[in-house]
Amino acid sequence: MNIPAHLKYTKTDEWFDPSTGAMGLSDYAQGQLSDIVFVEIVVSAGDALEAGKPIASVESVKAAAETYGAATGKVVAINEELASSPEILNKDPYGAGWMVKVEAGKASGLMDAAAYSKFCEERTH
Amino acid sequence: MTYIPHSLKERDAMLATVGVKKLEDLFQDVPAKHRFPKLDLPPALTEMEASSELMELAADNENIRGDLVSFLGAGVYNHYIPSVVDYVLRRGEFYTAYTPYQPEIAQGTLQAIFEYQSLITALTGMEVSNASHYDGATAVAEAANMAYAQFRGKRAKIVISPTVHPQYRATLRTYVQGMGLEMAGDDPTADLEAGPEALESLIDGNTALVVIQYPDFFGRVYDLAKLIEAAHSQGALVCVAANPTALALFKTPGEMGADMVVGEGQPLGIPLSFGGPYLGFFTTRKQYIHKMSGRLVGETLDSRGQRAFVLTLTAREQHIKRERATSNICSNQGLLALACAVYLSVLGKTGLRQVAELCYHKAHYAADQIKKVKGYELCFDAPFFHEFSVCCPIPVEQVNAHLLDHGILGGYDLGQDYPALKDRMLVAVTEMNTKEEIDALVEVLAEARHD
Repeated sequence: MNIPAHLKYTKTDEWFDPSTGAMGLSDYAQGQLSDIVFVEIVVSAGDALEAGKPIASVESVKAAAETYGAATGKVVAINEELASSPEILNKDPYGAGWMVKVEAGKASGLMDAAAYSKFCEERTH
Repeated sequence: MTYIPHSLKERDAMLATVGVKKLEDLFQDVPAKHRFPKLDLPPALTEMEASSELMELAADNENIRGDLVSFLGAGVYNHYIPSVVDYVLRRGEFYTAYTPYQPEIAQGTLQAIFEYQSLITALTGMEVSNASHYDGATAVAEAANMAYAQFRGKRAKIVISPTVHPQYRATLRTYVQGMGLEMAGDDPTADLEAGPEALESLIDGNTALVVIQYPDFFGRVYDLAKLIEAAHSQGALVCVAANPTALALFKTPGEMGADMVVGEGQPLGIPLSFGGPYLGFFTTRKQYIHKMSGRLVGETLDSRGQRAFVLTLTAREQHIKRERATSNICSNQGLLALACAVYLSVLGKTGLRQVAELCYHKAHYAADQIKKVKGYELCFDAPFFHEFSVCCPIPVEQVNAHLLDHGILGGYDLGQDYPALKDRMLVAVTEMNTKEEIDALVEVLAEARHD
């Protein structure tokens, strides 16, 4: 399982990059969902995003899930690519699979890579 | 599927397994006095007696296979149903209470639904069809659900033409209550002469969906392209509720740019049956597939590389997506969708067009004859398909009473839904009506001028 050290993580399996303001779905989450067939970003550029509020709706061949904001801040960009190529989320969840970018994002209570890794391991047993 | 009865021995084994002595012990939670109430029924009849009593009751019904000649439509139409439709429906493999969806045992049913979907998309000129809904009215209501979901509740207005079937509008009102959606245009006192363009002024940036009927409730056919374009320029979606038979003859709503084409599938191989069960068809564009309600069957390859069919994109449905799903409806009219698929396959493209042409020409012959009768005239000038409105010299109720005396089931009384259309009758003519029947209708109408 890929858990990059420079990112922060939520208990609902989103990642946040404090240096770029990007957020998305973790590698663990995409693996659990299996083949992702539909992604709908439900916020738009300019929206005031609140941590814990839905940012995207994701459907796979076997499940549907909401993705929540990992940080509070103004949305400056959304990833339009995901609508036409949802499989990007499976292939590259931390890179091309970013969902939303916020400006001056404030995050609290997030886990670092080590804590998140432990959190994921506990759930797989 | 196999019929597997259980024997007394097996029942006893099951009761022993759950730890009770007899079946009645399972009902202990029901208060004793309600458990086995006295029903005060008359003595039991033998099968022979019951059958004869039921036959007697049934004989009081007048039906349109022999007793009456029908010119009644208003959303439900009397068409010929080839006998092969019923033959296929009654095969035990299909004739079950609920659709078996497991692909490993239900390839026949799944393929039938897939064929149904393919035929319906071809007929409507659309890209994707679901496995069907209950009827035309609920299909219209599901279009509202889909538009609401598409805009994630951010657009709160539905514009609907007053010339959409009154019962569809009533169903839609029931669905949207409590959703925070406003309905505009749902006004039976509006100008009914106006074409679809009359709706344009109601469409704004808050409009999620525009609903229009084609042909409209009065049978009139309009080009909807301009209205659809106006709706799209405001970012709104357009749902066209269409008569499927008419689509074999006229430009499809798909070609005119509609985002959803829905309707009542009853004309396609389903008997009148006193009002149901019927079939709601629902189609849309591929880009909206994830917001579409209902079941969807797709074609795939099995583990051996053979063509196979499965339910697909199920993650958008309520059993997975819960309260975030577009709709809480996921059952379909499996058996009636099959009837529709068989009907369309048997008739084919040419056959269905022939049915539509017969309806069109016979209806126009009837309209031409009726308008020659003193006291009667056609209410509208617009082109029509197989149904038209007639202004009568006396109340429709009286006209229909005269017709019924002559074994004719007359048209629909429009005054009950539209106050301005008092004494107006909606007359439907299909391929089932012979020239002699039409001439008889005209003759009795002439007699029914005065009461």
